[in-house]
Amino acid sequence: MQALTNRSKVVVKKEMSFLERIYLPAILGGVVITIKHLFKKSATVRYPEKKREISQIWRGQHTLKRDEKGAERCTACGLCAVACPAEAITMTAAERVKGEENLYREEKYASTYEINMLRCIFCGLCEEACPKEAIFLTDRIVTTDYARGEFIYGKDKLVEPVDARVDVTPRQTAAVLEFKTQKQFSHNK
Amino acid sequence: MISSFLIYKTILVVAVFAITLFVAAYSTYAERKVAAFLQDRVGPDRAGPFGMFQPLADGLKFMMKEEIIPDSANRFLFILGPSIAMLTALMAGVVIPWGNTLVINGESYTLQIAELNIGILYVFAVVSIGVYGIMIGGWASNNKFSLLGAIRASAQMISYEIAMGLSIIALVITTGTLSLREISLLQAGGVGSDWNFWNVLYQPVGFIIFLICAFAECNRTPFDLPECETELVGGYHTEYSSMKLALYLFAEYVNMFISSAVISILYFGGFNFPFMNDLGLDQNTITILGTVFFFAKITFFIFFFMWIRWTIPRFRYDQLMNLGWKALIPLAVINIFITGLVMILTSK
Repeated sequence: MQALTNRSKVVVKKEMSFLERIYLPAILGGVVITIKHLFKKSATVRYPEKKREISQIWRGQHTLKRDEKGAERCTACGLCAVACPAEAITMTAAERVKGEENLYREEKYASTYEINMLRCIFCGLCEEACPKEAIFLTDRIVTTDYARGEFIYGKDKLVEPVDARVDVTPRQTAAVLEFKTQKQFSHNK
Repeated sequence: MISSFLIYKTILVVAVFAITLFVAAYSTYAERKVAAFLQDRVGPDRAGPFGMFQPLADGLKFMMKEEIIPDSANRFLFILGPSIAMLTALMAGVVIPWGNTLVINGESYTLQIAELNIGILYVFAVVSIGVYGIMIGGWASNNKFSLLGAIRASAQMISYEIAMGLSIIALVITTGTLSLREISLLQAGGVGSDWNFWNVLYQPVGFIIFLICAFAECNRTPFDLPECETELVGGYHTEYSSMKLALYLFAEYVNMFISSAVISILYFGGFNFPFMNDLGLDQNTITILGTVFFFAKITFFIFFFMWIRWTIPRFRYDQLMNLGWKALIPLAVINIFITGLVMILTSK
């Protein structure tokens, strides 16, 4: 019979020699291997003090952007929720009333907007789907917590504060900016 | 004079007790650190510099934990188990010669709590009571995992005690004494003026048998079947919590410390170090240096215990019994015969 690959090996079950049977040489070999590891550099990064270098376009905790005047950009269209493969995003839409023009950019806005950070896989599809450039992933890391409920981030945690804007420019790579110039895609208008 | 004797012995007892507990506590830290280093990790490094206060934090945590005694457990025996384990582990330290003699104001003080002419037998007797702690604890828990762990532990310890005892007999034939202090003194000088070599050179086979049995007696890997997590949850201490669990774990480390001390004394010269009589030092300096060397040897063997733990996987139970009964015991007996023969032939 012809072998499919040349990687197959003939296994021989042979009696162990005396030296092999007393195991001591083998143990000695193992001991030498472990002692060598004693002098190796550990791969650990001591996290809170030292942070591992992350990519420029790292996808971390989301932010909901405001426009230049400080009004929320999100119009609760729901495209991000539809795009989300992990079904982590939920929202409720509400209508802007008179006097709220400085708060919300358009007539419709999200009265609640929740992302379940335990479901989120940080794929960035929400950001890609967003026609209003409202949601962005940032280089921040979602912090740990004690209860599952704490990981459902509402608008209080997601919307960027007016006085402390979140910088999302690192995610705007040349390819992204190029894409945004193509006005045939309606959401780039 | 009797009062000064009492005071000095009391100080010694307290010191040995404190040092034993200290070493046991820091063995837990060392175990984690050694494990980490051998696996290219960092290990505990949050509590204090390099995690030095980790044992204190662990101890505090053990104390704060809820003390659970299962409903179906035999309360008295359940508490007795860890007590025996700890007690017997600590008792063995009594006959260990921690150093030679200190001479202060013309009076000599021996750094040994009790000079017993059958010291090695005493250590064996006490250590073998330790198995009762495990057995009683495992049985009293009324839990099948605990019971299986306890059965394994007692079978294993009893089997390996035989080989251990036989390997000692060969040593006793060469040294001619059962006293740990005299065995130490017989190895004095190292490669110095008297040319007394360490016993390991005369008894290499005996040493290896003793070492293997010491691993089995301490329930250390590769012989940690009594508490192997993959099969028995926690073995005999499955049902234990809080300080009682801590006592069991502590007893294991104390046993390891005592075993290392006994190995150092029997085969590696105890408190003697090479060229000790050739450096022209006075008696007290040699004694103190000797104690330092003794602890260095103990530290090495404790490290060796941990080193082996992260090198060799656990035995299967039949392999364990085969090794004990079919390999080590016959080997030990042959060792005795050869030693005896050589002794007869060399002593005209």
